[in-house]
Amino acid sequence: MLGFLIRRIIQSVFVMLAVALIAFMMFRFMGDPVNSMVAETATTEERDAVRERLGLDQPLYVQYGRFVARAATGDFGLSWRNARPVSTLLAERFPATAELVLVAAGLSLVLGIPLGILTALRPHSFSTQALQLMSLVGISLPTFVTGILLILVFSVWLGWLPSFGRGTVVDVGWWSTGFLTLSGLKALILPSVMLCLFQLTLIMRLVRAEMMEVLRTDYIKFAKARGLTNRSIHFHHALKNTLIPVITIFGLQLGGLIAFAIITETVFQWPGMGALFIQAVSFGDVPVMAAYLVLVSLIFVIINTTVDLLYAVLDPRLRVEGARAAH
Amino acid sequence: MTDTTQIKTTPSALTRLWNSDVAWNFRRSWTARISSVLILILFAAALFAPLLATQNPYDISQLFLLDSELPPAWIEGGDPRYFLGTDEQARDLYSSILYGLRLSLIVGFASVALAAVVGISLGLLGGFVGGMVDGAIMRVADILLSFPAILVALLVNGIARGVLPPERHADAAIWVLILAIGLTNWVQYARTVRGSTMVERQKEYVQAARINGVSGMGIMLHHILPNVLGPVLVIATINLGMAVLTEATLSFLGVGMPATQPSLGTLIRIGNEYLFSGIWWVVIFPSVVLVALVLAVNLLGDWLRDALNPKLR
Amino acid sequence: MTLLTVENLTVAFPGRSGTVNAIEDVSLSVSPGEILGMVGESGAGKSMTGAAIIGLIEPPGRIAAGEIRLEGQRIDTLRPDEMRRIRGRRIGAIFQDPLTSLNPVLTVGEQLIETIQTHLKLPKDEARARAIDWLRRVGIPAPEARIDTYPHQYSGGMRQRVVIALALCAEPRLVIADEPTTALDVSVQAQIIALLRKLARETGVAVILVTHDMGVIAETADRVAVMYAGRIVEVGPVAEVLTAPRHPYTRGLMASIPRIGARPDVLPQIEGAMPRPHARPAGCAFAPRCPVRIEICGQTRPDLTGHATRSVACHLSEEVPA
Repeated sequence: MLGFLIRRIIQSVFVMLAVALIAFMMFRFMGDPVNSMVAETATTEERDAVRERLGLDQPLYVQYGRFVARAATGDFGLSWRNARPVSTLLAERFPATAELVLVAAGLSLVLGIPLGILTALRPHSFSTQALQLMSLVGISLPTFVTGILLILVFSVWLGWLPSFGRGTVVDVGWWSTGFLTLSGLKALILPSVMLCLFQLTLIMRLVRAEMMEVLRTDYIKFAKARGLTNRSIHFHHALKNTLIPVITIFGLQLGGLIAFAIITETVFQWPGMGALFIQAVSFGDVPVMAAYLVLVSLIFVIINTTVDLLYAVLDPRLRVEGARAAH
Repeated sequence: MTDTTQIKTTPSALTRLWNSDVAWNFRRSWTARISSVLILILFAAALFAPLLATQNPYDISQLFLLDSELPPAWIEGGDPRYFLGTDEQARDLYSSILYGLRLSLIVGFASVALAAVVGISLGLLGGFVGGMVDGAIMRVADILLSFPAILVALLVNGIARGVLPPERHADAAIWVLILAIGLTNWVQYARTVRGSTMVERQKEYVQAARINGVSGMGIMLHHILPNVLGPVLVIATINLGMAVLTEATLSFLGVGMPATQPSLGTLIRIGNEYLFSGIWWVVIFPSVVLVALVLAVNLLGDWLRDALNPKLR
Repeated sequence: MTLLTVENLTVAFPGRSGTVNAIEDVSLSVSPGEILGMVGESGAGKSMTGAAIIGLIEPPGRIAAGEIRLEGQRIDTLRPDEMRRIRGRRIGAIFQDPLTSLNPVLTVGEQLIETIQTHLKLPKDEARARAIDWLRRVGIPAPEARIDTYPHQYSGGMRQRVVIALALCAEPRLVIADEPTTALDVSVQAQIIALLRKLARETGVAVILVTHDMGVIAETADRVAVMYAGRIVEVGPVAEVLTAPRHPYTRGLMASIPRIGARPDVLPQIEGAMPRPHARPAGCAFAPRCPVRIEICGQTRPDLTGHATRSVACHLSEEVPA
């Protein structure tokens, strides 16, 4: 188990170094950083002085090393667009995205798993076929279209829910939360529904496929041959085997949610990191793009490592192999 | 020997196709039939857009600002000249959608072609050469796969925009999109082709060719390409749906096709800005066409995967 | 009083090209404590017969004709929940592959205790004591410790012992063992067969032993039923059937077993292959491969005839030396 953990962490470090390399290349080769630092009228001497001060005259690997060292402390320099520190910009935006993603992830699990089980256990019933069709529509519906439809129905026509922003937020330390006010909670509903729908259909289909696969295995047949009740076979024997692979996929999904939050935040003008990233892409604001990339990659890597560890804890087969490897 | 007996003894390729399992499956599946009819209609609409459209939405001289924001023809205040209504620049929505569909499909097909060419080449290379080259290709593939496609596409898009001068953005948009989407989706082709290549490489005729000093590559291509044709076709179909969706998403986010040359996604973005003025048609009609296209392609892809049953996962 | 009687059982599968009968007109009986062997090639319908008896035919397959009685009670028409109570409690089952028969994420103890508690209303600690006792009886060393371990921590042979314990732990009167040794190492096969025989003697449970291995039948069974293409072609006491087979197919099976001492240059085998269920010939299904067929074999299907303990389905059965 310990060996496994160390291997995973070393792997993660390499992935992060690769991502940092991409971010560094963006910094170094997209546009001239010096241009953004000096006045347009600067002389060549002044430019060279800035170049030297920024360390741009050093060999590339030294620059890369410095970049990694600064990135590790969260220092990505100033945004080219509004000249504020990138780390401050991201820190301001992080809570909005985190709350949105967590609520959407929770919704997709709470609804997706039971629906997946239902459709696996009654493959021929009308409700299953209806859900299957709906999930196919759900996968084919572009998420932004879903969002627009939600706004059209619940904000424009019915006027029940707000269509943009976070409502009133409360600051808890540096974290601004929308969980504590009614308007904050109401503002969260439509964006999180939009964000969760796609993941919900994926989880539902995945649980269904896994469950049907497990129900065909010999050990389920043997459990039936021993006269165990359907309840025990479905919810004790099958579900446990179904959920182990679902956890892995859910980890990847969480990463997907962060990426899809970019779209949700654009539709609902949600003041999160995704909206910031889109602005950066359209303006070619390299420091913000690079910092977002590194931060999101870091979150991915942490999630993936956690999921792998969780998997090892949950699956007794892996648990023992891990224990053996540790001896 | 007369012609008729020949036809009887050796059925034509068409007859064989009609009697094949895939065709049998096709005739039985209503989703496959409906979706393929829908796809044919949409493809035809895109192909003949200049003939079917009532105006050229890119030609500003054809627009009359007085006709802006008209509702669909069957609604109070609608104008029969503009069947689906007009947008804020007085562009005929019906014509805009036809041209937008055309652009969406061009980007979709071109990026699928790019992804397939890149993926098949890298798969062949990795499978045939093996070793470090193969390892490097597959490592890159793994990393790409672990990031959501939309994020990778956004990043490629952002880098391209950063490299190009701002005044070239609008002209280059379509190429940037094809590049961004194509470079995101090649992994599956590469994996499939690589697997097939590695199996083929072990076979005797390749070994024999190598011993005789002949390159096995040429002969292998002959054997591998037919093998991977089915899986590649399935991947390409499913990919087309994804590519169209990604294009629409990027355009919706404002980093795809510009407003002067709107794709379906751009039209939806423009419509979204006027949603609260009660101008719902500018957003709804392009959305319906986009959803119909993606749904039909996905249904066909799903069906094709089941019918050919290649081991994709 | 027989324990189990199966009469004229037919299992049908509707398919793309019409309905196909996996087994046809199968009749057999099992007495308490008896071991009935069922042999035949794969696809002959042995396992399907077993699945029909425990009521676990995969849909869309169904029992199209015939009846199954357990201790006089008709069980093929029971409601699913009533049949569930019979499975495990009155009819147990042992499957072929011990590697896949056990749930990998539950401990051996959890699986045993749950099975015991489902059928015998016992408190948890008593069920656990019983589970440990069963592990001991099937020859698992240190059962008190091993009860809380997972299936992957056992070897293949040990897992099959656990499977046997699971099949017997609710004390059924009949157990259907479907190829219980096929997936095991040859060295372990004999141990498992010996264990089955010992437990059958101790508990008085009757066994239907499904196998394609004549050697296992010879060693273990009291009676044997030979199946071919979905039908029983010969039934009788093991000693008689093995020493004096009367159906040409049984003779072919016996001849194809290599014998120690004899040194044949070519191992005899039956020419051709068993017809698939949808392509069975009109007359005797074995006729196309039969070395002694006569004209009628291609036209009329022979019935299973004979006396209570010995019957055979062959037009030539009278002429064949007994």
